[in-house]
Amino acid sequence: MTYNARFRIWRGDDAAGQLEDFTVEVNEGEVVLDIIHRLQATQTPDLAVRWNCKAGKCGSCSAEVNGIPRLMCMTRMSTFPEADVVTVTPLRTFPVVKDLVTDVSFNYEKAREVPSFAPPAELQLGEYRMQQVDVERSQEFRKCIECFLCQDTCHVVRDHEENKPAFSGPRFFIRLAELDMHPLDTKDRKREAQATHGLGMCNITKCCTEVCPEHIKITDNAIIPMKERVVDTRYDPLIWLGSKIPRRSSTAADKALGSGQNAQAEQHARTRLREKPSDRTARRALADALRAQGQFAAAAEQTRVLVEQAGRGRGARLDALSAHAFALLTAVEAGQLTLDRVEDEVSTTVQDAQRLVSTGTVLSGTHALHHLVHGRLAEAVSHAREAIAWDRDRVARADDLVTLSEALAGLGEDAEAASALRESRSLWPTNPRLQAASVNLRSLGVASS
Amino acid sequence: MTEMERHTYDVVVIGAGGAGLRAAIEARLQGKRTAIVCKSLFGKAHTVMAEGGAAAAMGNVNPNDNWQVHFRDTMRGGKFLNHWRMAELHAKEAPDRVWELETYGALFDRTPDGKISQRNFGGHEYPRLAHVGDRTGLEMIRTLQQKIVSLQQDDQRDLGDAEARLKVFAETTITSLTKDGDRISGAVGYTRENGTFVVFEAPAVVLATGGIGKSFKVTSNSWEYTGDGHALAMKAGATLLNMEFIQFHPTGMVWPPSVKGILVTESVRGDGGILKNSEGKRFMFDYVPAVFRKQYAETEQEADGWYDDSQNNRRPPELLPRDEVARAINSEVKAGRGSPSGGVFLDIASRLPADAIRKKLPSMYHQFKELADVDITAEPMEVGPTCHYVMGGVEVDPDTAAAVVPGLFAAGECSGGMHGSNRLGGNSLSDLLVFGRRAGVGASDYVDSLGSARPTVTDEDVQAARRHAEAPFDGDGGESPYALHAELQQTMNDLVGIIRKREEMEEALKRLEDLKARARRISVVGDKIFNPGWHLALDLSNMLIVSECVARSALIREESRGGHTRDDFPAMSDEWRKVNLVCRPDGDGVAVEKKPLPVMPPELLALFDRDELSKYMTEDELAILPGGDA
Repeated sequence: MTYNARFRIWRGDDAAGQLEDFTVEVNEGEVVLDIIHRLQATQTPDLAVRWNCKAGKCGSCSAEVNGIPRLMCMTRMSTFPEADVVTVTPLRTFPVVKDLVTDVSFNYEKAREVPSFAPPAELQLGEYRMQQVDVERSQEFRKCIECFLCQDTCHVVRDHEENKPAFSGPRFFIRLAELDMHPLDTKDRKREAQATHGLGMCNITKCCTEVCPEHIKITDNAIIPMKERVVDTRYDPLIWLGSKIPRRSSTAADKALGSGQNAQAEQHARTRLREKPSDRTARRALADALRAQGQFAAAAEQTRVLVEQAGRGRGARLDALSAHAFALLTAVEAGQLTLDRVEDEVSTTVQDAQRLVSTGTVLSGTHALHHLVHGRLAEAVSHAREAIAWDRDRVARADDLVTLSEALAGLGEDAEAASALRESRSLWPTNPRLQAASVNLRSLGVASS
Repeated sequence: MTEMERHTYDVVVIGAGGAGLRAAIEARLQGKRTAIVCKSLFGKAHTVMAEGGAAAAMGNVNPNDNWQVHFRDTMRGGKFLNHWRMAELHAKEAPDRVWELETYGALFDRTPDGKISQRNFGGHEYPRLAHVGDRTGLEMIRTLQQKIVSLQQDDQRDLGDAEARLKVFAETTITSLTKDGDRISGAVGYTRENGTFVVFEAPAVVLATGGIGKSFKVTSNSWEYTGDGHALAMKAGATLLNMEFIQFHPTGMVWPPSVKGILVTESVRGDGGILKNSEGKRFMFDYVPAVFRKQYAETEQEADGWYDDSQNNRRPPELLPRDEVARAINSEVKAGRGSPSGGVFLDIASRLPADAIRKKLPSMYHQFKELADVDITAEPMEVGPTCHYVMGGVEVDPDTAAAVVPGLFAAGECSGGMHGSNRLGGNSLSDLLVFGRRAGVGASDYVDSLGSARPTVTDEDVQAARRHAEAPFDGDGGESPYALHAELQQTMNDLVGIIRKREEMEEALKRLEDLKARARRISVVGDKIFNPGWHLALDLSNMLIVSECVARSALIREESRGGHTRDDFPAMSDEWRKVNLVCRPDGDGVAVEKKPLPVMPPELLALFDRDELSKYMTEDELAILPGGDA
């Protein structure tokens, strides 16, 4: 029952740090937080971690375990094979204070921007009357333990520091929804959500719902109803006027991308970059739009600028580096750049990223593609499989499946290659990499649907 | 040279659980500049773990309920050792305090006619606990937190600064209180984030730091429960009352080992759950003590009938006060009738449909599913006693929450007297609200009474506080705070736990002396930035003071009552009921003295049958009752 587990834990502060390796005893029934405590007691007395109740009720011990946002006290060690390395890193959306402790003050500032409950003034103590069915909707949101895992996973602010002023995040969308649905609240929360808290920036990918330890249906029960109610009120002259004021083009570009209008997204992004070349959201949108149109080399031009502009923040820098390495590699794969010309840049970029990497698996997809373009097929397969095991992002998973499929096809594993390709197509049907992969497979005599 | 921040406030509240937040809200509403200082993030306090509810005689479910009935239940639960005035104020004011939460935005579960629903709980004659499923504490913390935010929004609007009159200093630990003459002058502490020292100059300090459970190995308490307020009070010259009374909640998880002690809410029993031993026997019928025989069912049929018809049936014995149930489980396990992991079985699966269990007890369902891989809708839970609550605490004036040191106030778990020798479930959340508010008023009135003659904090005070806080870095004795903490927990668990004996407590006191000596040789590694080893070293010094108070008082009280069970003195003593044990600092240690328990006035005594009182009181006391000659 007792065994020695291998752990990799991020140690350092916001300026510098690295993953450190530990071997530590694990006993039956233990959770990740128990192991962190054992490390404090036996190996690293100053390892910083925030925790309180150790029962999943206070929401203090949030971290990323193998890249997944989780409460450490509710992550049982028995969910990991004994041979695996367990990697624990701080929440990526917030600045690191030390080791696994992050500065979550963003959330307390946002909380203060939500106008408080406003009951009818005439009601006296003990006079409130509400039906159970009416309070239940809001009660769901009041289960929130403020672990901020939803804020951590939300891609609008994860690695996008620039969105933080305009976007309050899922935790505060459920707070607004809770007040909106409170039977006795007298304020208009919908417009507030849209105008002040950036509800419109959410493109309902449901990542927040997936990580919520309280199983609150954040997207379905709070965000979508709030968005629908905003639409319902579109004939309100004020709202109507608001909708006529042009959006920032970078947001428009993001929106166009989300709905698959890549050329339009490219235009919006270029417009915005002419006004403000340092707008990283717009540049990222441009790179994504180019890539979605198969212009991989042009996309790499843009990701190179993103790397140059990334600054010192760990999350944003890592994100830019891995995007750039991937863009370069897809350009090589598509024959738009030659391997000779870019290999040095790819290697340096990957190495730089590797230094910042905190989850151990973030770069697996990049490694896989790197091996693939060098013809090292077995390595490509193993890295791609690792990447797919942890991928939470639909597009990244689709890409890694393409890589896997090509490498498998090269190894003669035709049936598996075809199945990976099918799954990839179902996730992202218009991925331009699919065409090349399908051609490859056909040339190997593999039928692909 | 480490940086130092200096602040001036009217009232400083230490602790941001229910009592601290309610005290701060009140002080701010009274116009006082108020600081809240807490060891954790804002909104994470131990109060979030309270599950069952807040007891308040609103009479929403059973109209026969009123403050007198609640008062009676509270005194019975505490075995008549409660401070009668606290129990009276608590029972009278709890309904308003709960209703007040609704105006802050709380959403309690509702009755069919739209009022706050109330649930049954151990020791309460009527359904009395306002609740939200099994996460009432979370609702209370969030509500108070949001009320504080709303007051800050008012100040932003009116004064242009949200923190002008009410500020939260989160992740900040107070290590010393300062005094000017005999009066409190402020508090000194450090921030966890960067080790900066913070000096609060304030004439009034409210202690609301909660309990002491982290001195025990098996506990439902979080890491914060290191008796900070108890220890700060002692070091400032205040007194602690009846520290021997510690509540072992009967139902903590016993498996897996790493979660041993985590609470299984009493609501499981309130909603129909029953306790069984390894022979499948519903054993609580064998453990109804004489003083409670009138109120509890004698057959399974009667007990089961009570859930639907409480007028014509008596309560199931599973709902006896917590001390009784904990001792019963302890006895069953000792007699070899325990479950595989050393507890007993708590069965709700065979009592309610799966859907109803998930709806009424959602967090229990998830807790067992995720931590133990047990589906409580399909199989019984294994449970056993866990250190849960300290009835003892800072000796205070009931009406103002003032401690014996001018300027010092205490409320909630870190204060003593309200619960006597045993607290009823549900009386804690209401206690926090009632006495949190009273402490806020008491502190404000005290500040007003000072006029401009305010005490000051001197540089010497600050330097002394600093030397104390930095001492663990200077040690080169090589002792590890983690190892000492583990030894302390084992000692208290084994030797001053649920069943106590003279020899064992004497042994515990010897070991505590040894731990105190070794604690002076602690060496802390690393710097002051978020350094858990340093934090624990400082917490440990508080735990050692408090543990000594518990062990010394427990050794002196030669009777068994509520949360204090002596193997060598198994009976309740009428003489000891009249005695409070009061701890005060004595050199490097603790001195304990006996003081008379305040006497209940006749109009409150009249709420009880003479029969019942005769089970607790001496002949002399009974003689002065009306009809004393009968």
